[in-house]
Amino acid sequence: MEAFTTHTGRAVPLRRSDVDTDQIIPSEWLKRIERTGFGAGLFSEWRADPAFVLNNPVHAGATILLAGPDFGTGSSREHAVWALQDYGFKAVISARFADIFRGNALGNGLLAVALPAATVEALTSQVEADPTIEITVDLGAREVRAPGLVAAFDIDDFTRWRLLEGLDDVGLTLRHQDAVTAFEATRPGWLPTTVPVPAGVSEKH
Amino acid sequence: MNDPGQGIVHVVGPQLGLTQPGMTIVCGDSHTSTHGAFGALAFGIGTSQVEHVLATQTLPQRPPKTMAVTVDGALPAGVTAKDLILAIIARIGTGGGQGHVIEYRGEAVRALSMEGRMTVCNMSIEAGARAGMIAPDEVTFAHLRGRPHAPAGAAWDEAVAYWRTLATDDDATFDREVVIDAAELSPFVTWGTNPGQGAPLAARVPDPADYADPALRASVERALAYMALTPGTPLRDVAVDTVFIGSCTNGRIEDLRAAAEVLRGRRVADGVRVLVVPGSMVVKADAEAEGLDEVFRAAGAQWRSAGCSMCLGMNPDTLRPGERSASTSNRNFEGRQGPGGRTHLVSPAVAAATAVTGRLTAPADL
Repeated sequence: MEAFTTHTGRAVPLRRSDVDTDQIIPSEWLKRIERTGFGAGLFSEWRADPAFVLNNPVHAGATILLAGPDFGTGSSREHAVWALQDYGFKAVISARFADIFRGNALGNGLLAVALPAATVEALTSQVEADPTIEITVDLGAREVRAPGLVAAFDIDDFTRWRLLEGLDDVGLTLRHQDAVTAFEATRPGWLPTTVPVPAGVSEKH
Repeated sequence: MNDPGQGIVHVVGPQLGLTQPGMTIVCGDSHTSTHGAFGALAFGIGTSQVEHVLATQTLPQRPPKTMAVTVDGALPAGVTAKDLILAIIARIGTGGGQGHVIEYRGEAVRALSMEGRMTVCNMSIEAGARAGMIAPDEVTFAHLRGRPHAPAGAAWDEAVAYWRTLATDDDATFDREVVIDAAELSPFVTWGTNPGQGAPLAARVPDPADYADPALRASVERALAYMALTPGTPLRDVAVDTVFIGSCTNGRIEDLRAAAEVLRGRRVADGVRVLVVPGSMVVKADAEAEGLDEVFRAAGAQWRSAGCSMCLGMNPDTLRPGERSASTSNRNFEGRQGPGGRTHLVSPAVAAATAVTGRLTAPADL
């Protein structure tokens, strides 16, 4: 994973709440087996409308998405994160993220930054008034900066360190292989496995 | 596809007895919360996390916050598990459970069958919670006993003894508590484009002007524009083109029985397309053994093979632009059932009654 330290860029103001992952990337895109190329499908239903904010040329090249609360609800599809990244976004700022989306985003190095609703509103209004302003998302300092505005955000130490270093989750966990093996040895024998059960051994099907 | 064991993972797992109390269950699908009905900690994960689980058998997690949703009293006649969870989501909102695991408690929850409990836990994700749980009890044990992967003999007794220790302590405290009075509930439907935008079937389409918060008002306006609904319209007057009965929320045998009971001896309204899709091949076979397929066909509904079908519009079962459905699935997002499609989430009983009249209808209205 690419490390995330600090990023400065222009933003797109998406004044919608409850943006679900079906909107971010519609289900027809889920049949692909690659992890790349999803940018073309990002918000594809909404982008069909020429008035949609992403179609406004003043926002071309923007790398930060400013969204309403409850961003990324619904389906667990990680394709939503891949689509945002493939389109060019490095960070999403919202008052609240759906848990699965946030996990998927931080796992892929797309920074999901939760700020108070009033702060997101201030940033959104500022970008609407002047689309050329730049916003900085500084993971090291745990703060978002815009002209005349500095806002601190929360992120746990482990996730921050992993993002700053660009570390791979699997590799980090495998350092604890001994503990995992010891835990697995305590598993009760009656817990199920996915080995097929011979026909006729059960009362119910 | 034609394997007799094929079906939606959230139907097949419990059916095989692979879902047991006290387990941690993850799957690359957000409705993994379904399995919490057995007192398992079960939640959906993304593709990279699936890779992590396959590589390490683990997943790094921070402890979630806890929320108790207590449903006191008994559900009135004609009010189902689906109505209950839709009412809960409308109360706490689509972000209400964010960061939390919900435990559903109280008399009305204890009185639910395992199918009903699965319907409730299934839609925890629609309330923003990754997982929802119900403490295992005699209903759980009776449902599990004798299933292919359930323990048997002495191991069964050992397992049950352990499962009995799993219920929340009487003096436990929660980060957040919500109390619902079951007696106040009635058949519930959604009118908007997220699962929190719902109301009793007896209500009217809301008026954006009644919402003080400008962001909320804008969201309601946008939803009503997409749904082509006029404020003040009685929900019972909303006409549909399509009825979908199925999905991991409501594709189990009890759901099909509830729909068949309404459709028995009745006819689907002219011009209404009705799809009945069992959640698994086993559910399909069970339904056919009971003759439910004949009830559906005789009423004019399509009896289909097992799968997700019109829940998410990933295959040819979709709404065309502007079409409107009453659907027993779990998401009424814009375009979820096909680009431009409009979805009202309902229970199997309401779906079946709606099929008969062509308008949103409860069985009691027939």
